[in-house]
Amino acid sequence: MKVLVAIKRVADVNVVVRPNSEGNDVELTNVKMAINPFCEIAVEEAVRLKESGVATEVVAVCIGPAKAQEQIRAAMAIGADRGVIVETDENLEPLAIAKCLKAVYDQELPQLIMFGKQSVDGDNNQTGQMFAALAGIPQGTFASALVVADGKATVTREIDGGAQTVELSLPAAVTADLRLNEPRYASLPQIMKAKKKSIETIPFASLGVDGTPRLKVVTVSTPDKRRAGTKVSSVEELVDKLRSEAKVI
Amino acid sequence: MKTLIYAEHDNQALKSSTLNAVTAGLELGQELHLLVVGHGCGAVANAARNIQGVSAVLVADAPVYDYQLPENVAPLLEKLTSKYSHILAPATTTGKNIIPRAAALADVQPIADVVGIETTETFVRPIYAGNLVAKVSSTDSVKMMTIRTSAFEAAAYSENPCEIEELSFEFDAGLSTVVGQDLATSDRPELTTARVVVSGGRALQSAENFQILYSLADKLGGAVGASRAAVDAGYVPNDLQVGQTGKIVSPELYIAVGISGAVQHLAGMKDSKVIVAINKDEDAPIFEVADYGLVADLYEAVPELEALLTAYGVEVDAPVAVSA
Ligand SMILES: Cc1cc2nc3c(=O)[nH]c(=O)nc-3n(C[C@H](O)[C@H](O)[C@H](O)COP(=O)(O)OP(=O)(O)OC[C@H]3O[C@@H](n4cnc5c(N)ncnc54)[C@H](O)[C@@H]3O)c2cc1C
Ligand SMILES: Nc1ncnc2c1ncn2[C@@H]1O[C@H](COP(=O)(O)O)[C@@H](O)[C@H]1O
Repeated sequence: MKVLVAIKRVADVNVVVRPNSEGNDVELTNVKMAINPFCEIAVEEAVRLKESGVATEVVAVCIGPAKAQEQIRAAMAIGADRGVIVETDENLEPLAIAKCLKAVYDQELPQLIMFGKQSVDGDNNQTGQMFAALAGIPQGTFASALVVADGKATVTREIDGGAQTVELSLPAAVTADLRLNEPRYASLPQIMKAKKKSIETIPFASLGVDGTPRLKVVTVSTPDKRRAGTKVSSVEELVDKLRSEAKVI
Repeated sequence: MKTLIYAEHDNQALKSSTLNAVTAGLELGQELHLLVVGHGCGAVANAARNIQGVSAVLVADAPVYDYQLPENVAPLLEKLTSKYSHILAPATTTGKNIIPRAAALADVQPIADVVGIETTETFVRPIYAGNLVAKVSSTDSVKMMTIRTSAFEAAAYSENPCEIEELSFEFDAGLSTVVGQDLATSDRPELTTARVVVSGGRALQSAENFQILYSLADKLGGAVGASRAAVDAGYVPNDLQVGQTGKIVSPELYIAVGISGAVQHLAGMKDSKVIVAINKDEDAPIFEVADYGLVADLYEAVPELEALLTAYGVEVDAPVAVSA
């Protein structure tokens, strides 16, 4: 069974990003980039499926600039076997990304396609669901556990109020939540090995996907910062302030 | 130009997040309908008839819609895009599961986590864990979006019930089935609607120690939340996680106990009205957003706080209703 994993190149979570000078986009020049944390979890899960003998091949795919090679290599250091980059310098929206992934899916024909539940830059939480719709396959979103056996994927989902387990026919799309696993640290030999693995580049234009944005970004701004209040010196003072000043209790 | 709101419910009761989405919908200034999809959800539809501003309730009640599986519900929503200019759902795990799938079928780019409605085309949403805010204008003929419930008040109920329209469209994709569900039952108010939230972090060290927070929360008529670290360590269930990837809350009072204040956590609570932080590290970033910071050991401060509240005879107003 082949597993495809969709990974996104995003600003490293430790970087504090700012609006650009025009105030209509995010300033990403010289910002440290990384693999989206949720995608790392998705890759780890796919690699574990391979290690347990359920999957035979793990292919990492990214829609992004040529430099996204770095993130594909990061996925390979975890254990992905091959990589595919749909190369574009455009900042595509989830709908267009889902369409690109559908094209790669039609070419690769995997039984399982893994996503992160959300990208930590756009915080969309959409691409996996949108891809599943376009491919006409079931979706197991916000997965905290995944079992693939007997031609089915059984996914435990983190939902408001608790957990839900769904059984999906294959092929299926699964989006990884934080508690699906803890990604391994890639070892040096793994990183070296990753450098020798192959990455196929597909020009975005060759897919015939319309990448025209549907959403026009009018402004990007920094929200009003909350001001730090005061330090209280005792529990007594705290209760007093909450009662007489804030009047919340 | 009509607006459709996808109702959040569990076949028995309408969830209050629906009321927040209705308020957002009413800001569009158009006729507004509500859609109830489920199985045996007649009581929900009945309650929905009385929401102020809703002029029709559409009901799709069938076994295939029992768990609102996205594979079955998305085609129904896609069909309705011919009748509505705007389709909104609360940004809950249900809304986030269904709206993108339906939008892709309709060839629409949905807008996630809307916190502001500027015009019928322009919407505001946080990005980068709330470190930035984007204003976007949609060119799609139908706007589909999820609404961050903490950003909108709950709509009121009226005395004039509107009409119910039964939808006959039934669709079974046959791709997925629910084989188990484990939902927490609690007498405490729901995290996202509670007036007071007491949250604990890694410093709580165990599920047993969280009891002191439950006890404090009960005293205040509040809900209990947690940081990701506390959830990952298994001290509390996952649905208590507050933050970028958990629940977004904006109670009148948020008490962060033994939580450092990582940006991902702040993303879920920084719009609270009053924030209290109890942390033994005076440099913890949580103090940068706290109205009242107490540098102290939580194991001493929390019991003392509860004792003082008892001594003062603090009585908290009843928490806002969780469901209608
Ligand atoms: C992609 C991604 C998504 C994430 N999403 C979320 C999210 O949704 N929500 C979330 O919360 N986190 C999220 N995180 C994790 C986040 O970055 C932090 O790691 C997490 O919030 C830390 O939890 P904490 O504050 O409980 O633990 P810590 O950072 O370890 O802080 C513990 C605090 O307790 C204090 N302390 C210790 N002992 C005591 C004592 N006896 N009395 C008083 N204080 C004490 C310490 O001084 C410290 O400040 C996410 C991370 C990533 C990468
Ligand atoms: N440019 C991209 N290339 C590959 N996968 C992507 C891309 N954008 C999003 N994804 C996948 O979709 C998931 C959810 O992203 P989003 O819908 O943007 O929150 C990510 O975790 C990835 O798995």
